Amino acid sequence: MVNDKPETVLELRHLRTEFGSREYPLVAVDDISFEVNAGEILGLVGESGSGKSITLRSILGIVRPRGRVAGEILWKGRDLAALDEAALRKVRGREIAMIFQEPMSSLNPLLTVGLQISENLVAHTGLDAKARRARATELLDMVGIPGARDRLGDYPHEFSGGMRQRVMIAIALASNPQLLLADEPTTALDVTIQDQILRLIQSLSRDLGMAVILVTHDMGVVAQTCDRVAVMYGGRLCEVGTTSQVIADARHPYALGLLRSIPRDVAPRTPLYSIPGAPPALNALPPGCAFSARCPVAGPECLDLRPPFETVGQFHKVACHHRFEALAHFNQQEAAQ
Amino acid sequence: MNMLTVEPAAPLLSIRDLSMRFSKSRSLSDTLAGRPRQIVSALNGVDLDVMPAETLGIVGESGCGKSTLARCIAGLHQPSSGDIRFEGQSVIGLKGASRRAYNRRVQMMFQDPYTSLNPRMTVRDTLREAISVHHMREGAAIDRRIYELLDLVRLPDGAADKYPHEFSGGQRQRIGIARALSLEPTCLVADELVSALDVSVQAQVVNLLLELQDNLGLTVLFVAHDLRLVRHVSHRVAVIYLGAIVEVGPSEALFSRPRHPYSQALLAAAPSLDPADRRRAPALSGELPSPLAIPPGCPFHVRCPHAAERCRTEKPVLRPVGGGMAACHFAEAISGA
Ligand SMILES: Nc1ncnc2c1ncn2[C@@H]1O[C@H](COP(=O)(O)OP(=O)(O)OP(=O)(O)O)[C@@H](O)[C@H]1O
Ligand SMILES: Nc1ncnc2c1ncn2[C@@H]1O[C@H](COP(=O)(O)OP(=O)(O)OP(=O)(O)O)[C@@H](O)[C@H]1O
Ligand code: SF4
Ligand code: SF4
Ligand SMILES: [Mg+2]
Ligand SMILES: [Mg+2]
Repeated sequence: MVNDKPETVLELRHLRTEFGSREYPLVAVDDISFEVNAGEILGLVGESGSGKSITLRSILGIVRPRGRVAGEILWKGRDLAALDEAALRKVRGREIAMIFQEPMSSLNPLLTVGLQISENLVAHTGLDAKARRARATELLDMVGIPGARDRLGDYPHEFSGGMRQRVMIAIALASNPQLLLADEPTTALDVTIQDQILRLIQSLSRDLGMAVILVTHDMGVVAQTCDRVAVMYGGRLCEVGTTSQVIADARHPYALGLLRSIPRDVAPRTPLYSIPGAPPALNALPPGCAFSARCPVAGPECLDLRPPFETVGQFHKVACHHRFEALAHFNQQEAAQ
Repeated sequence: MNMLTVEPAAPLLSIRDLSMRFSKSRSLSDTLAGRPRQIVSALNGVDLDVMPAETLGIVGESGCGKSTLARCIAGLHQPSSGDIRFEGQSVIGLKGASRRAYNRRVQMMFQDPYTSLNPRMTVRDTLREAISVHHMREGAAIDRRIYELLDLVRLPDGAADKYPHEFSGGQRQRIGIARALSLEPTCLVADELVSALDVSVQAQVVNLLLELQDNLGLTVLFVAHDLRLVRHVSHRVAVIYLGAIVEVGPSEALFSRPRHPYSQALLAAAPSLDPADRRRAPALSGELPSPLAIPPGCPFHVRCPHAAERCRTEKPVLRPVGGGMAACHFAEAISGA
């Protein structure tokens, strides 16, 4: 972390996104607050269905159909949640760009890759046709597509999965965004290509000061790429901290269990730690802690009383009523292994 | 090749020079232009022994032929050339009763628990069908066996009369395992068995697999892209590149000291959980060459940092290096053996 306070570009305050009827809403994102600084990569991890994608989509104002967003989304001090569609469109894709979770479905199979990059440049920059071509080549080059100039005329199906993902990144970067929302940009890719793409995102963030929110399932990706990490469970935030704080010194029972279930420093072929039960349905969450049904240290109040976020160290916050018991429980487990 | 004499016990499966070529369907424009059909060489001379009751992990980049190998072994593909021996008998071209017997003893389990189960059949129907087709039990013994199987995979008896959509992903994966076990197989082929599951649920299924294997003496082929998981469950691991084994050896030895430059790069690219291990440059540049045009000489030479003149012309054979085998001309010099 840098000493002088870096500029905060995005600040979420009590973000809440719900679907369904107003009487019985399905709350996909429930009271989430965090901030992202310029040049910083924030990891967002959590189980399938925990609300990671909906958080990113809420920032961009694309939770249709029928998503309702409440709370504040302060983008450089301006509340995006209060903007209308026309004003939002000026921010979207230009200042804030997104790489979607399904890369194959977000490229148009009928248009050449060059044209798709160019479309984005028309929409968000004042470049003329010649300059657009040069910029498109430069972008493909930057994301490591060999022979970029000769590939502008190729269609998406002529690229491998890893290359298509890099094309998506090139399109997202076309407008020099100040914030990149990357939704599992490497989940479908091999470790070798994943490694190449993460190193690229890292260097762009470092060299251009671009802020990044990186959604991932993989704690290894977090360890190797992110400056800070936010852990979600059941639409709520349960722990936030620097990467080393969360990976080496997690405090929330879900984060502790998640890290413990990854095989590392355990004898081969011995049983792995596993969090009991299955992720909850969003419409069956208790009013208290979302993790209470699976938590090994839950107390009687956990079901009804929402645990507040408490500071446990500089940058490090945890939402749990029993964090000391949690630490003791998992330390004991460790000793037993 | 004197691999057979080196092994202490007789292998359960013995694969020699196995190749699988697919002819790519021609696009209309190819047909009009009179271009010949393209041939995808998915497997190019695989040599591999699988020992009884071992777990053999298979790793490699996407498209390198892992699933094709798994499907050839499970009898779902007829290989183009080469041999697969099971308990000493060739299984290529088996017909009638002996084919059915082999198909029962080697069971494939699939990645996608959603599509591999019939949505309109209850768990009981699914298991009953499998049991009756192969005459594993008759009459009332079938129902008793169904409950035994559910117990084996830790599903409650009440699960029998439910439909697949009523289960979570991890539970569906267990139903798939129960179906495979209903045929009392000798060998399970698990192709990305837990890849689609959340980390917290993965551990439950992996633990079950380890336990079943020890109790039932099963041989398991474990294909997965999560290297940490493969290391944890496997006795031995095979690394595959462009349809050929480039290294095979005891799991711990291979992971702590890979001998082949490709294994070295693959392991280095896997994101470590230690934030202190960060690299700025990717571990391996370039992509897997197209299986339509396998490079001559060593198939890895276009990406290999150690490639020399000899590598461009002479194909290295799989030979003993350290405690395992590697296919690299310079394996000793490179890995300091
Ligand atoms: N349009 C919608 N209408 C109703 N519910 C929705 C809608 N979109 C998403 N949801 C629900 O919101 C929850 C959060 O979804 P989200 O896509 O954010 O999960 P995620 O954390 O990104 O999961 P994954 O890791 O599987 O991508 C899920 O339970 C999902 O079913
Ligand atoms: N039925 C088929 N027809 C034509 N080509 C095929 C067929 N099955 C596989 N291939 C090709 O053979 C090669 C090997 O594919 P395979 O599915 O075995 O790879 P894999 O290692 O399992 O990859 P992944 O990790 O993505 O599952 C690929 O180039 C694939 O496109
Ligand atoms: S102890 Fe209570 S508050 Fe903390 S994670 Fe468990 S259920 Fe939630
Ligand atoms: S044979 Fe040559 S090109 Fe192939 S892996 Fe060894 S050093 Fe590299
Ligand atoms: Mg998502
Ligand atoms: Mg596969």
